[in-house]
Amino acid sequence: MRDESARQIPTPAEVAPAAKQPVPAEEVTGAQSLVLALESAGVEVVFGLPGGAILPAYDPLLDSTKVRHILVRHEQGAGHAAEGYASATGRVGVCMATSGPGATNLVTAIADAYMDSVPMVAITGQVSSKTIGTDAFQEADIRGITMPITKHSYLVTEPGGIAAAIKEAFHIASTGRPGPVLVDVTKDAMVGKTTFEWPADVALPGYRPVTRPHHKQIRAAAKLIREAQRPVFYLGGGIVRAEAAEELRELVEVAGIPLVTTLMARGVVPDSHPLHLGMPGMHGSVAAVTALQKSDLLIAIGTRFDDRVTGHLPSFAPGAKVIHADIDPAEISKNRVADVPIVGDAKAVIADLITALRSDQDAGRGGDFTAWAERTRGWADTYPLGYSPADNATAIPPQYVIERIGALTGPEAVYAAGVGQHQMWAAQFVKYERPNSWLNSGGLGTMGYSVPAAMGAKVGEPDRVVWAIDGDGCFQMTNQELATCMINKIPIKVAIINNSSLGMVRQWQTLFYNERYSNTDLHTSAAGSRIPDFVKLAEAYGCVGLRCEKTEDVDATIAKALEINDVPVVIDFVVERDAMVWPMVPAGVSNDLVTTARAMTPVWDRDDDAEGSR
Amino acid sequence: MARHTLSVLVEDKPGVLARISGLISRRGFNIDSLAVGPTENDEVSRMTIVVDVDETALEQVTKQLNKLIEVLKVVELEETGSVQRELVLIKVRCDAASRAEIVQITQMFRCNVVDVGLDAVVIEATGTPGKLEALLEVLDPYGVREIVQSGLVGVGRGGKSITDRGRRSA
Repeated sequence: MRDESARQIPTPAEVAPAAKQPVPAEEVTGAQSLVLALESAGVEVVFGLPGGAILPAYDPLLDSTKVRHILVRHEQGAGHAAEGYASATGRVGVCMATSGPGATNLVTAIADAYMDSVPMVAITGQVSSKTIGTDAFQEADIRGITMPITKHSYLVTEPGGIAAAIKEAFHIASTGRPGPVLVDVTKDAMVGKTTFEWPADVALPGYRPVTRPHHKQIRAAAKLIREAQRPVFYLGGGIVRAEAAEELRELVEVAGIPLVTTLMARGVVPDSHPLHLGMPGMHGSVAAVTALQKSDLLIAIGTRFDDRVTGHLPSFAPGAKVIHADIDPAEISKNRVADVPIVGDAKAVIADLITALRSDQDAGRGGDFTAWAERTRGWADTYPLGYSPADNATAIPPQYVIERIGALTGPEAVYAAGVGQHQMWAAQFVKYERPNSWLNSGGLGTMGYSVPAAMGAKVGEPDRVVWAIDGDGCFQMTNQELATCMINKIPIKVAIINNSSLGMVRQWQTLFYNERYSNTDLHTSAAGSRIPDFVKLAEAYGCVGLRCEKTEDVDATIAKALEINDVPVVIDFVVERDAMVWPMVPAGVSNDLVTTARAMTPVWDRDDDAEGSR
Repeated sequence: MARHTLSVLVEDKPGVLARISGLISRRGFNIDSLAVGPTENDEVSRMTIVVDVDETALEQVTKQLNKLIEVLKVVELEETGSVQRELVLIKVRCDAASRAEIVQITQMFRCNVVDVGLDAVVIEATGTPGKLEALLEVLDPYGVREIVQSGLVGVGRGGKSITDRGRRSA
């Protein structure tokens, strides 16, 4: 029932007329006004778990026909589900919890949403305003705790303040650089009487995100592009959040400049695009890493020069000038000084850049980057992403499992990964062709993100196949949400890439700690022990549990999972334990030292070396 | 590293001080002092924050402050273009012999004796950090028993107000 236009977030101009209709004032409780506010904000689903302080809100919630509440098994699951919902749909995700431990269980998800700029509103119950500060039962200063990890936060102590706080929270979460907003509501505010009025406007004099880029900066950017020899588009998750993939595609066509998409931006340009060099960074493709290193102009949009992308900062793209466009001025020149800073919404920036480049081309002075693009293509062809099974390996190569999941399911699906080796392989070996199809915890690196995020995504996009590509470690952190999926008919598919280890940590122990495997063995498949047995665990939840231990069975197992669409499916893929994520740039060293496999550094021809030393 | 004085207009809402001090500490900026008080507008408070940072960090701290929803404006007060003052209360040991000398010093520094006891006086002084430092140096030999000092406050010179449009935001 969901067409493209319905997925778009309405513009403020569209919302304004409806919002201006005054709602007849009748006396309601604060809790009722909270639910009415959520309805007015257009919320269709809330992930949460009730408790003492939030209890008043759950009563009117039961009567709401517009807001569906999904009862999770752990509040962290509610938080990641809200994130998954938001990341897959572009709408604001909502989670709800009670005071004290309920609220603190949301903290990881809130921090995660903050790092990855996910629009999210977290609503928490708080003890009565009269008992705040007395160490009351289940009291925690959640606003104080989350201050450094929220875009903004509210403590509402009056029933009359609830509607305005919710209105502002949704506005702040979804505009400018998106992020999580916490609304902490005291129990007495929910019980007290008020009249409900959905405010027509928000009064936030200190919040005016700049969305229109300055034309002078656009002209300066066009000039740098015109004069560049080896420009590269360095594209980040901000473009996904700005829903600017379509415009971006046009910019890439107009410019003819090679591009890389960061971990957060996978899919924003189709992987099949000939100018697409892959993902940059610690586990980026050789072509993407090298193109940035040898570039003389980085055109960075919606990205923040994260350490996992730049490696050793002073030696990152040493010969490049930088155009840096971001909606958050604080990201510009934070890590790498920008020669041309552009503050603005990615969509507007890209549109203006298209116009500027076109007019340069019409004037016969557009840059021609064909030769450079061909050279970068050459690197991509010479050093494609790949894997070879470890010596003496008999188990399934994990990369193969992930590659086949992507190939057999296709680009219309949503893929949510946990954190670690399987996350990197999922970023590398699934081919993404559209934005919002790849969900992961990029900034915070939260193990356990995958299952609840997939659940949230499936709720937001019920017609899409949603895969949770998870690790055996990650899965054990949040698998309780399979109960939520089962009961609420949210048929996600979970692929556990089971190497019986905290794989990424183990990889570092292999490479940097003399193969001393301190506390990374999880006993989930090695040496005959299956603690827990994931198939039995899945079945205990009522899900379908499948196990695959042979390479030749991979396709059939995936096909079987794809046929089951009424209940969640969990597949235990028992994979090769010593497989490692390559390429790799070790932490803190120059990206020039990218290695394609253990102790293997690409060999550059003389021309490339000469260019690189410029 | 250099000292920079930032004037920050904020909405007078609960928690705003915690938000700002938390931001400064979490991002690792060195702070010398922070003073906060009401303004001519009931809904607005003004903070004067003295940070000890290099130019890059100064740009970051201003940008990060501006990101806070409750921050209305951030302006850097240049030392030459502004009046900057601190208030200090100093309790100095004295006896009948030294009291007159101490009073004389306070006159020279144009500050006041606000409490007199048999064995100590309390001096109230306002001024630039440099002046107050000099005063303390002179009083030191008499035996300084207690010092309590406010954060620096500052205001731009001339007729323009911080809220005027013409004034460049930092």
